[in-house]
Amino acid sequence: MALSLDEVRRVARLAHLRLSPEEEVALAGQLSAILDHVAQLGELDVSQVEPMTHALAAGDAAPLRPDEPWPCLTPEQALANAPARQGTCFKVPRIIE
Amino acid sequence: MPVSDFQAVLGLEVHAQLLTRTKIFCGCPTTFGGEPNTHVCPVCLGMPGVLPVLSGQVVEFAVLTGLALGCTIREKSVFARKNYFYPDLPKGYQISQYEAPICEGGGLTITVDGREKHVRLTRIHMEEDAGKNLHDVSADGSSGVDLNRAGVPLLEIVSEPDLRSADEAVEYLKALRSILLTLGVNDGNLEEGSFRCDANVSVMRKGATRYGTRAEIKNMNSFRHLRQAVEFEVRRQVELVEAGQPVVQETRLFDPDRGETRSMRSKEDAHDYRYFPEPDLPPVLVPAAQVARLRAALPELPRARAARYVAALGLPPGDAAILVADRATADFFDATVTLRGGGPEAARKAANWLNGEVARLVNETGLAAGAWRLTPAHLARVLELLDGGAISGAGAKAVVEEVFRSGADPAAVVQARGLAQVSDAGAIEAVVDRVLAAAPAEVERHRSGKKDLTGFFVGQVMKALKGQGNPAVVNALLKQKLGGG
Amino acid sequence: MTAPAPSPLLRLSLRAASEGLAAGRHSARDLTEACLARIEATDGRVGAFLHVTAEAARAAAAASAARRAAGRALGPLDGVPLALKDLFLTQGVPTTAGSRLLEGFVPPVDGTAVARLKRAGAVLLGKLNLDEFAMGSSNENSAFKPCRNPWDLTRTPGGSSGGSAAALAARQCYGTLGTDTGGSIRLPASFCGVVGVKPSYGRVSRSGVVAFASSLDQPGPLGREVWDAAALLQAIAGHDPADQTSSSRPVDDYLAGLEGGARGLRVGVPAEWFQGGLEPGVEAAVRGALSAYQRLGATLVEISLPHSRYGIGAYYLIATAEASSNLARYDGVRFGRRAAGVKGLKELYLESRAQGFGAEPKRRIMLGTYALSAGYYDAYYLRAQKVRTLIRRDFDAAFQRCDVVAGPVAPGPAFRLGERTGDPLQMYLADIFTITCNLAALPGLSVPCGLSAGLPVGLQLVGRPFDEAGLLTAARALERELGPAGAPAGLEAA
Ligand SMILES: [Mg+2]
Ligand SMILES: [Zn+2]
Repeated sequence: MALSLDEVRRVARLAHLRLSPEEEVALAGQLSAILDHVAQLGELDVSQVEPMTHALAAGDAAPLRPDEPWPCLTPEQALANAPARQGTCFKVPRIIE
Repeated sequence: MPVSDFQAVLGLEVHAQLLTRTKIFCGCPTTFGGEPNTHVCPVCLGMPGVLPVLSGQVVEFAVLTGLALGCTIREKSVFARKNYFYPDLPKGYQISQYEAPICEGGGLTITVDGREKHVRLTRIHMEEDAGKNLHDVSADGSSGVDLNRAGVPLLEIVSEPDLRSADEAVEYLKALRSILLTLGVNDGNLEEGSFRCDANVSVMRKGATRYGTRAEIKNMNSFRHLRQAVEFEVRRQVELVEAGQPVVQETRLFDPDRGETRSMRSKEDAHDYRYFPEPDLPPVLVPAAQVARLRAALPELPRARAARYVAALGLPPGDAAILVADRATADFFDATVTLRGGGPEAARKAANWLNGEVARLVNETGLAAGAWRLTPAHLARVLELLDGGAISGAGAKAVVEEVFRSGADPAAVVQARGLAQVSDAGAIEAVVDRVLAAAPAEVERHRSGKKDLTGFFVGQVMKALKGQGNPAVVNALLKQKLGGG
Repeated sequence: MTAPAPSPLLRLSLRAASEGLAAGRHSARDLTEACLARIEATDGRVGAFLHVTAEAARAAAAASAARRAAGRALGPLDGVPLALKDLFLTQGVPTTAGSRLLEGFVPPVDGTAVARLKRAGAVLLGKLNLDEFAMGSSNENSAFKPCRNPWDLTRTPGGSSGGSAAALAARQCYGTLGTDTGGSIRLPASFCGVVGVKPSYGRVSRSGVVAFASSLDQPGPLGREVWDAAALLQAIAGHDPADQTSSSRPVDDYLAGLEGGARGLRVGVPAEWFQGGLEPGVEAAVRGALSAYQRLGATLVEISLPHSRYGIGAYYLIATAEASSNLARYDGVRFGRRAAGVKGLKELYLESRAQGFGAEPKRRIMLGTYALSAGYYDAYYLRAQKVRTLIRRDFDAAFQRCDVVAGPVAPGPAFRLGERTGDPLQMYLADIFTITCNLAALPGLSVPCGLSAGLPVGLQLVGRPFDEAGLLTAARALERELGPAGAPAGLEAA
């Protein structure tokens, strides 16, 4: 299955990735090759098969978390890795709604 | 063609913040406000390598709500990721439920213009709230991101498009709010956004069977806004259809200053949220035993309670409806009535006081029921003093107000403020005699029938008694003495 | 220039190092200094470490020595120098996930596995090289530097836990942690001649491990010998309240039955894993291992895993879909790289991600986003999950007839650096035998079983859910029969 450049651009927009024109071309080719390989899954009749959505068997899960507060980070810890901050906020360019 | 040739079709999506102590997927407190980013941890900051840890209390509240609304509870429900980018969404996806929500179906009954109407629910699901973007945090116009609210647990309650007018929408929202308040799962605060609603609005010609294109209206934080927004939007859509123009499927924001809805510039891509089951959380299992336990724990719901007040206590339906809107108020009412012997007489008086003077004080102070210092025992005592003639109606008001604010003992307030009513006939008679003796001319005019001066004499007597005479006794004595008897 | 003669302490297994500590033959300080000197002498050529925490390691060694002197040693790992794939969050120590995007990121807390190792008294030497966000099979996708195979420096150590396997083979430490999403522990273990265990999904907490594909990722240990890996697994396994996908089942004692041998063991041999494409030296070594099991009293059972060939397809849809979502948080807002000079918010996202992600994460984000996008979900993601069910059923059926499944880890031994970088699909096919184990959520391991043209070959064993104990016992029986892979000669000669 060949992926068009337009498809590549649509997916890149959804994924918030800026691609160079060279990357777009390369990805169109590579993704098409991978999708060709993946197409073999279509050989199987899976109409009666339940999807395995979770890897842990249901009975193995532990009880849910009790509603008890745990200690928070200090704002200094929370913001220590922030590329930009203003006061105790993460700073970003103006958001236009 | 006027609006009346069209039928509005409405469905509401309500987001209700659950009254848990901690966030849905981490142990940070849900406390409102605070300095930005003080109620955060690596989980709700969406740091690398952290995992959501679901709170059991959120599931309990969701099931309780579903049971109260007659929903089917899924034995196995599944969280899903809703993927989109926004600064207030730390992980780049919201953990919500999609294909297998915890509750499905159900509904609630509302009364509009004296007619009952059943509004069906589509689903109820659990999800996390986003953080908050703050605008113009610095001189260069930058925005700031505060994640204190990120991860606060929400129930999203989605109705079928069963509502047909702004009145019905408002009634539905009020009824739903009162049920959540009764269950104790939500604080019902529209202004602060802990109970918020979006409306899907479309119009069709009366008699048509296919719904029109709908717009989703956001940002209504009061019942009044909801009414205004729906009415505006219905008018707008009818005008479009009349003019032969299409209604665009879009999200519109209600502007409370102008009473209008306006289009949010549609984001450049049609939303493709790429939902898929959340692999970090196992399916949520709700065994039958848990459902049974929660069903048994369901409190009496507002409509049933109001019906009981009308049938068993003889309250007017309007009064009953006001009392049950909020569980704490209704509980207060029940306790007061019980203390006063439980009959219709006691109920009528307690209801009048709660819906009257107490409601006024609540409005004035903004205190939620439960936060009042006035207790049912207090109010019962005041009613007892009033019934026994120990205080006047005006005195009772003063006592209730003071007790509401200070929590002091009513009898002590009566004492301290000298509100005790003089009912002793002998004492009052002496004053009446003195007043009549001091005004022979007025007595003469009254007796001659030239002018009814009863009011004047009552005023004089009350003045002499510093306003604390029992009006009934004063009136009776004056009538007896002036009536020529 | 010749490297200084390596300390004889470096030849010890973790077990021997630990026993020596207990017997007072050497101290935690001795082991730590020997490892630090070895890293200093060899890592310029190997490239296993991204970050060495020499001072913290010396402090931990001193603390361990003090505990031991006071008679309060914590267990077999107390004082033993280890190192971690740089995907594990370490408090106060940079954690990059091998990506420019996380350059300079310093976690505020330790991940669960790291905390458990610290609580066991381990000395942590630093953070190990890997493919960016664990995406790769050769460690060539590291944003910082390639890692080389100590057996042949022109070859890859495998990936994505390349540094974890290479550091052990280069004798820079006594044990490491890696992560395995589609073979990322077993493949490098096989290529570098060490033991690598991918536990059952849910046996080891994923909390504090940078996520690649949440339903497949599983942290696990690597050691030079089976006992070493078993002791490490013992320390990190078990339920963690911070990870609701971690199992609440009790943890077996992995060391108690380790010498139980292979008599009576039913070893399943899947026909599909031996059909064509196997490099002859690899096939010979693997078949040699199967014969060894027969000598040890095990029986070989022919089994079939008919859906194996769909594994790569299902894996690359599921793993990339989950990854596309897991990598959305790298947006330049709260941590990590932010592109300079951007005008608006949209620019900030697009440029930060464009500059921060390497080619492989971009490729996988694109594939995963596509597979989840409107109109494709059912045909790709949902179908892949159904195929996953079929693959799990294959194993369930096989385990009716056998106790472990055995086969090759990879079709060939370590390949040359640069050999496959131009063809992503070829690279993905390196994981053809390891991937089904992740899809089926089962435990698997790689144990050395010989050499092919002087390069190590691993035997893969896959076990029943949560039967890590049985798997390790089977591996230990083979190890005792064949002996460990030995040490690469190449490094000393350079
Ligand atoms: Mg929602
Ligand atoms: Zn938190």
